[in-house]
Amino acid sequence: MFKIFEPNKIFIITSRAPKYVLILFIMVISIGLVEALFLSPEDYKQGHSVRIMYVHVPAAWISLGIFSSITLLSVSGYIFKNKNFFLIAKSFAPSGLLFNIIALVTGSIWGKPTWGSWWAWDARITSMLILAIFYLMYLVAWRMYENKDQVLRVTTIITIFGIVNVPIIKYSVDWWNTLHQPASINLLSKSSIHTSMLFPLFIMTAAFTLFSLLIFLMKYNTELIKIKNKGLDRL
Amino acid sequence: MYGRKVKLRFLFVVLILLSLVFSVFLLLKSLDENVVYFKSPSDVKLLEELDNKKIRIGGMVKKDSIKISNQDVNFVITDFKNEINVTYSGVIPNLFSEQKGVVAEGFLKDRSFFEASKILAKHDENYMPPEVKKALEDK
Repeated sequence: MFKIFEPNKIFIITSRAPKYVLILFIMVISIGLVEALFLSPEDYKQGHSVRIMYVHVPAAWISLGIFSSITLLSVSGYIFKNKNFFLIAKSFAPSGLLFNIIALVTGSIWGKPTWGSWWAWDARITSMLILAIFYLMYLVAWRMYENKDQVLRVTTIITIFGIVNVPIIKYSVDWWNTLHQPASINLLSKSSIHTSMLFPLFIMTAAFTLFSLLIFLMKYNTELIKIKNKGLDRL
Repeated sequence: MYGRKVKLRFLFVVLILLSLVFSVFLLLKSLDENVVYFKSPSDVKLLEELDNKKIRIGGMVKKDSIKISNQDVNFVITDFKNEINVTYSGVIPNLFSEQKGVVAEGFLKDRSFFEASKILAKHDENYMPPEVKKALEDK
């Protein structure tokens, strides 16, 4: 069923693709940064500090997206006993953690001039911190266990526990009073961000996605090399 | 199509997830009072007794209610049903203004009077350039 995941074929792609992804990433992020920092207008209320949004929001989106993907991959890997899914999940995790931390740090930098506080223990911010802890647990678990079967089981359990937190992050601003503002972009209704500000937001999201893909390819490539060195030609 | 073991593992994951969702739901339900970051003026009206604990109150700053005297700032927080008078002295965040969201942290003196020790501005989900805002107001 998963013939396409044969290491030898995929290795050819993962060892050559990063170069091109890197070039594409540099191009997209240059456009994104110029748009976000210079060309996009300032906000009527926040002035220039709105520009932090173009890093903060895409970083938060990506960290949530990657955690959901990791969970889906680990659970499918467990159900179908496919070890390759676990390796893909493992290779995605570092960029997920990186963007989670970026979201927390930029949020803090944004909070000081707008709210008047670096940090607030409100539901959105706290649940985002919990997600970062789950990312850390997941990555530490991979390093902790020698036994292969144990690693796969423990990391899957961590993702299942962590995924319960993801809808809480998403809906925290609707379920409880929070200092964090509610979502501006909704799939079903009109966005409350002006079109001129949406463009840099989406370009930056594309740039961060490319960056995650780049890190993923490099990490995954390393995993494949490790398998090759063990003299195993299949997973 | 899939073997029995695959189906069993799938069922196992679904059951773990279901039990987790239920326990987290119950946990948050029982914590509800503490998960909220601030109370609204209407919540304060419903408080059974006023104790001397630090609380946060949030809502809109009522129009034309900000009065700055000597070192004190006085204003009214409203949720359009109930109001509460706030007095504060200290640094005001940039985004603090009338008809915008605010969260005040401090002590209740009585049901309609609040002494804040810290003020946070809460901003909404609307983002637009100044020209657009002006055009909207001119309409």
